[in-house]
Amino acid sequence: MNTIIIEAGRTEKNYWADLWRYRELFLILAWRDLSVRYKQTIIGILWAILRPFLTMIVFTFVFNRIAKLPSDGNAPYALLVFAAMLPWSLFANSLTEASNSLIDNTNLISKVYFPRLIMPTATVITAFVDFLISFIILIGMMIYYQFAPGWQIVFLPFFIILALLASLGPGLWITALNVKYRDFRYVIPFVVQFGLYISPVGFSSRIIPEEWRLLYSLNPMVGVIDGFRWCVLGGESPFNLSGFMLSLAVTVFLLWRGISRFRKMEKTFADLI
Amino acid sequence: MSDIVIDAENIGKKYTIGHLSERFPYMALRDVWMQNARTVWNKTKDLVKGNPIIQGDTLEEVWALRDVHFKIRHGEAVGIIGRNGAGKSTLLKILSRITEPSTGRVIIDGRVASLLEVGTGFHPELSGRENIYLNGTILGMTRKEIKRKFDAIVDFAEIEQYLDTPVKRYSSGMYVRLAFAVAAHLEPEILVVDEVLAVGDAAFQKKCLGKMGDVTKEGRTVLFVSHNMAAINRLCRSAIWLQKGQVQGTGSTAEIVGDYLADGANCSAQIFFKKSPNAVMQYRSVRVADSKGVTSQYIPDDQEFSIELEIEASRNISDIYFGMILQNQEGINVLFADSRDVAGHLPDRFQTGIYKIDLHLPPVFAPGTYSISLGIATVHPVMQLDNVESACSFEILNNSNEKRTAPRPGFLNLHIPWKLDAH
Repeated sequence: MNTIIIEAGRTEKNYWADLWRYRELFLILAWRDLSVRYKQTIIGILWAILRPFLTMIVFTFVFNRIAKLPSDGNAPYALLVFAAMLPWSLFANSLTEASNSLIDNTNLISKVYFPRLIMPTATVITAFVDFLISFIILIGMMIYYQFAPGWQIVFLPFFIILALLASLGPGLWITALNVKYRDFRYVIPFVVQFGLYISPVGFSSRIIPEEWRLLYSLNPMVGVIDGFRWCVLGGESPFNLSGFMLSLAVTVFLLWRGISRFRKMEKTFADLI
Repeated sequence: MSDIVIDAENIGKKYTIGHLSERFPYMALRDVWMQNARTVWNKTKDLVKGNPIIQGDTLEEVWALRDVHFKIRHGEAVGIIGRNGAGKSTLLKILSRITEPSTGRVIIDGRVASLLEVGTGFHPELSGRENIYLNGTILGMTRKEIKRKFDAIVDFAEIEQYLDTPVKRYSSGMYVRLAFAVAAHLEPEILVVDEVLAVGDAAFQKKCLGKMGDVTKEGRTVLFVSHNMAAINRLCRSAIWLQKGQVQGTGSTAEIVGDYLADGANCSAQIFFKKSPNAVMQYRSVRVADSKGVTSQYIPDDQEFSIELEIEASRNISDIYFGMILQNQEGINVLFADSRDVAGHLPDRFQTGIYKIDLHLPPVFAPGTYSISLGIATVHPVMQLDNVESACSFEILNNSNEKRTAPRPGFLNLHIPWKLDAH
């Protein structure tokens, strides 16, 4: 029999084991979000494709045709944009969903116990499924442009996970803060919109002057997007290792920070929400 | 191994709430600005320090629970009673780990499932079938467990033909039935239940009560909060009475429930009610008087007595009726008196003013404590104008020991002649 001790300020010793015990809840919450999302929509799942695709068309037009920015090597510009659009929307959706997850589930938080970490992480699955769907578009585009990826493509899953982790760190932090101060709800759309332009989505990060590259890599998405392009466009988009390491370090730091802030605050969620 | 499954020591839960400090009736705009600027400054400080932001400028600490001790044995069904705001729900939330206590500790042996609300996590867009899985998992069942009990759940809820309909199309009765059905099939070692039986129609409530009874008989530990004393009496062998966040008494259910009901409205035989400004018609006072017309809380069981009501109409009103319920210490309704039962005593129209109504009661009630609940409603349509629950209580004393051997079971105290039929 397992004994539970409830005490003020006590941190669960078996927190992570508990998380594993509640894996079915994780799955069912993710499944709920997914199945609810497309009920009562006409083209349903197509929305996941439409948004990044249309943005890609606009970006290609603006940055390539009007601003005349160069592509990486011989890669078609549309492909360059879409290879960045994919991880960016994965990051943005996952961040948005995770940040709102707690206040969207007020009733659950105040009526049942479960490791609260499940809530924001389960929403990430929705963003991931959207990503998988729009990935089909990328394949379609590569066939259209007759562009074959190199051996680098095998590293793609690594960068997908990295994009998710990059969103989860700030996501956890913001969702916890959101419970206390609802102001943070309005911060997210701003961050997402702003981030789209300061991350190398519509252009190649190589147009950033060399001396600023390292500073630019403080944005964790720079490493992820560069990595994505490297995987998808193969040798056409060289990989900047030092910049990537910096992005990776920032991601890890934010993730650690997010989890520790979240765990510190999670016991008071039910009182504040 | 000791058989104590829940051991609560010294639990307290503190909330901080803010008040607006008293203000002068007139304030210059400059003062308002100053006040707001200070509030914003304080909030910013709180934000930086990571303290929760609280509205208002003076803070007050409120203890929802304080120094609560109790032990619960394995297989015990315990009722938790108390008035609204006594801390019952807070206690359940602490036991089910939703919120943590500010002081003290609880040691729990076993898996706890809590049922603080029917249908937690139900999603209106999902079908009945999907919601069974969703809700079941949220309450802590595994997929396998739900699969095994699926048919039983559907059966209990009586919703076979609507299984694949989104629950937003369900009637509220169906919704509640489904929600309760899922909850009723939980099999944790310790079950914590908050006032969920007060849902659905009477027939379904009865079914739920039966199911809860089965659960307690299976030797599971159950903590049960309810305002329904009859249910508490039926399901629980012992009870905990909370008052103002503290334990007022623990012991056998009959004893504690009796004490609790007797405590209703401070056990005074005459109670005055606060006037609410919006009520069209309302009770102003209630008084229990013995056969000589003297206000008394103790009525001998062989004498008549009366209940006097004072009613105020704030404007002219017609087509209304009054009701009074007498409830015994087990929470069972012993008498429902309706003013329309005997015609011709009350006027059809009430002018603005204060009225006194006398109810004469015969000496038919068995010894015990009774509480009085009152109501006023319009006839067409039936709409409640005033409602006072457990307004006042009185005790019927056993005054006829020689004739009767006390205590006797039953509700009535009638002298029935036993006549021998001559052959």
